[in-house]
Amino acid sequence: MITHMLLRALDKRAIWLVLALAFVAIAVPVCNLVIPEGNFLHLPNYAVPLLGKYLNYAMLALALDLVWGYCGILSLGHAAFFALGAYAMGMYLMRQIGARGVYANPVLPDFMVFLNYKELPWFWYGFDHWWFAFLMVMVVPGLLAFCFGILAFRSRVTGVYLSIITQAMTYALLLAFFRNDLGFGGNNGLTDFKDILGFNVQAASTRAALFAASAMALALAVIICSAIVNSKLGKIMVATRDAESRTRFIGWRPENVKLFAFVVSAVLAGIAGALYVPQVGIINPGEFDPGNSIEAVIWVAVGGRGTIVGPIIGAILVNVGKSYFTGALPELWLFALGALFVAVTLFLPKGIVGLWNQWRGSGGKSEREVSAEAEKGTEVEEPALPAASTGSTEWPKTGSGPEPQPAQ
Amino acid sequence: MQCDRRLNEQMASRFFRLIAFLIAFAVQPAYAQMGDVAAMVDALGQGGFPDREKAIAALVATGDLRVPPILEALSDGTLYVRKSDSKVILSVKSGGDFALTDPLDGSSMGSLPSAEIEKIKVNNGLRTKIRTAIGTMTLLSPDRDIRMSAAESILKNADPSMLELLDKALAAETDPQIKTTMELARAVIVLKTDAPIDAKRAAVDTIVSHGNRAAQTVLVNTLPSAPEDLKPLIQSGISSIGNSLALWDVVQNLLYGLSLSSVLLLAAIGLAITFGVMGVINMAHGEMVMLGAYTTYVVQNVMQQLAPGLMEYSLVFAVPAAFLFTGLVGVGIERSVIRWLYGRPLETLLATWGISLILQQAVRSVFGPTNKLVTPPAWMSGTFDVGNISFTWNRLWIIVFAIAVFAALQIILKRTSLGLQMRAVTANRRMASSMGIRTPFVDAMTFGLGSGIAGMAGVALSQIDNVSPNLGQGYIIDSFMVVVFGGVGNLWGTLVGAVTLGVANKFLEPYAGAVLAKIAILVLIILFIQRRPRGLFALKGRAIEA
Repeated sequence: MITHMLLRALDKRAIWLVLALAFVAIAVPVCNLVIPEGNFLHLPNYAVPLLGKYLNYAMLALALDLVWGYCGILSLGHAAFFALGAYAMGMYLMRQIGARGVYANPVLPDFMVFLNYKELPWFWYGFDHWWFAFLMVMVVPGLLAFCFGILAFRSRVTGVYLSIITQAMTYALLLAFFRNDLGFGGNNGLTDFKDILGFNVQAASTRAALFAASAMALALAVIICSAIVNSKLGKIMVATRDAESRTRFIGWRPENVKLFAFVVSAVLAGIAGALYVPQVGIINPGEFDPGNSIEAVIWVAVGGRGTIVGPIIGAILVNVGKSYFTGALPELWLFALGALFVAVTLFLPKGIVGLWNQWRGSGGKSEREVSAEAEKGTEVEEPALPAASTGSTEWPKTGSGPEPQPAQ
Repeated sequence: MQCDRRLNEQMASRFFRLIAFLIAFAVQPAYAQMGDVAAMVDALGQGGFPDREKAIAALVATGDLRVPPILEALSDGTLYVRKSDSKVILSVKSGGDFALTDPLDGSSMGSLPSAEIEKIKVNNGLRTKIRTAIGTMTLLSPDRDIRMSAAESILKNADPSMLELLDKALAAETDPQIKTTMELARAVIVLKTDAPIDAKRAAVDTIVSHGNRAAQTVLVNTLPSAPEDLKPLIQSGISSIGNSLALWDVVQNLLYGLSLSSVLLLAAIGLAITFGVMGVINMAHGEMVMLGAYTTYVVQNVMQQLAPGLMEYSLVFAVPAAFLFTGLVGVGIERSVIRWLYGRPLETLLATWGISLILQQAVRSVFGPTNKLVTPPAWMSGTFDVGNISFTWNRLWIIVFAIAVFAALQIILKRTSLGLQMRAVTANRRMASSMGIRTPFVDAMTFGLGSGIAGMAGVALSQIDNVSPNLGQGYIIDSFMVVVFGGVGNLWGTLVGAVTLGVANKFLEPYAGAVLAKIAILVLIILFIQRRPRGLFALKGRAIEA
């Protein structure tokens, strides 16, 4: 039954992608741990978290693609969900340090001792337990996305306006997390981690396990996203993207569809962030920078939005390029990234995957003018009359959940 | 604090101003002759303290403009006697020896080892005498500035020994501003002495009527030592000053808020054109501002080379230069990238973000990553006072500039044929095109205009912010907030948005701090957009749906 569902949900590409991810999840740890040094298949220790980081970014890109590529919501604040998940994980890792910090305080993390905290703030309670932290990794970004989305989508804030307020959201969070008295380490963030689930975060085996976890999480995300976009719900998502008003007139409730996609996307981004933290060893407010969110958008655009494979390819390619450029030609990196933004929007509106489809000649039907249509779709908006913003309450309530009720 | 610093500055220049006064103070001009004064100065080095006192009195009586610095030097202990000829000299230790200067004409007199000279000793009694002597001259000076600074310095020191002198000066004073300062000083001194209770009551009333922060501090300080039956009066005085200060705080917030608003308006108004009128989300807008600031820097340096005399007015040249340069860059961007992306706002956003990265890195490569120094002209530096508030000139000029830019833009849009065409294209592109308007040309011009205005904003911002490649990044989000809040496609909306956000920010700051105030503003805008998804002043009609 489940296999049947999976097979229906996954198209051929997604299956290949999941298989490839399963392969690297095994191959990378093996190349790092089993194959001895000197062998050309051996992977040095520094490479494992680096590759893991790429996969986390790929997951963020996939999450963004779910809302942008399939729902037409260009979120310029997705790094905020990523960072919130990362902070939740960081808090758990901070609690695992225990009394091994510089100040050897058994109750308070180092930065709190430094900032003269008397006791642990209430929102740190529970993060001693891994299950609570892992829950929060999903709940916190999901909750923020839910509150933000319910406000924005019900009021029919769309297109550019939505993009700008998502940017405002991450900017506000950036400013907030920079404050020392918020209780998240201020400017320095959370770092100096020791253990995760009892294993040393610095150890090669832990790193390899984290990489495998990242690959499997990404594979799971691919399956979830494929299942969503290939379902009836996915079709309504695309309909919402291409012609929101028409979808509404037919009787669907686009705001619920969008809200659902937005929340799922935020949760995925949060998980990606949570896996990112133990691998890079630090989380600080810089992750909330609006520039990061926009960079994530370019990963999706480069790879090809509105596809499952595209954002993953895009994220990995751009980040490998970034690693190379910032090391070899740091002066040129911003030129290259900037040129990439311009070139992709001008010449590659469908991204690499779109180009591939075009070249193969198979893109003619399914991906027909997806991007151009998408943009036009977001442009078709309600009149600016003030009444429009309150209009949503007049629609008959067909269901209370975020998921639309398909007519059976 | 502002007040203190000003006082100190004035103290420093006090003795220079004395000089002007003393020319006219020559009560006994017969003495004011070179030889006599020199002899009197030399007399300072003779005999004991009583003799020295007489010598000071004689010197003061000359009214010579060179006397006060010498007295000051005497009080500071830098006045010495040369043992060889008993001449009084100014000596400053330099290396092992003392560098000597003539106290009267300031000419150098070589240097001597310390064994060859002897310090002229003063005691505390003598110091008080010296201070009174200087005070006497200054408080009765015909020069307004000298009297003002003398009165302020007496207010600051509140030396009871000055009371008599102050009364004399008060009787003679005609300038109302100086008179109030002197009255305040007198009241403060009276509170320190053991004057009768009624006199103290009057003194408290005088202080309360001043109503500024200094007066409040004075009252707070005297409260513990005041007699019991005076305490209620002082207490009510403190609270009544507090009330008036609260009112002034409101005015100050308003003024500072307007200053912030003008910066926001300048930064956002170019965006109101490109985003509001054209619907192009120009993420490179901040970089246009940055380019304008760098243009200011370049213009300044070029003028330093070519016309150093006009340096004071380099900003006047920088404004059109920045407008033209960034305007051209804007036209270039529009023709090369943006024109392919009309009707795809989200893609424009990405492309212009890419352009912003390129521009940032280009500026960083050309000028280096460090901040560039743009020297403010003299007419833009310094502060002035409005009541209890001190305000900097550059902030005022930026307010004026912002209003001028706004007015000019309104005139362009409403009174020129280009403006008419712009509005026509905004309202209905196809119809405008059918009527024979060259829409591509209008697009390029509009984008150039928006970019050029951003460049002009950069000229203004170079005066208050660091000129660095990251300058634009700090303004881009704020600018978008202003435009979105005010409503797209409406310059008045942008104006109202900028003023609202600027003033609201400054009013929140005292309660929440600068960062929290900004967060609060962002959250409020996010919530506001829910209520009015099209901003404060939304364009109505079918045009915007297309």
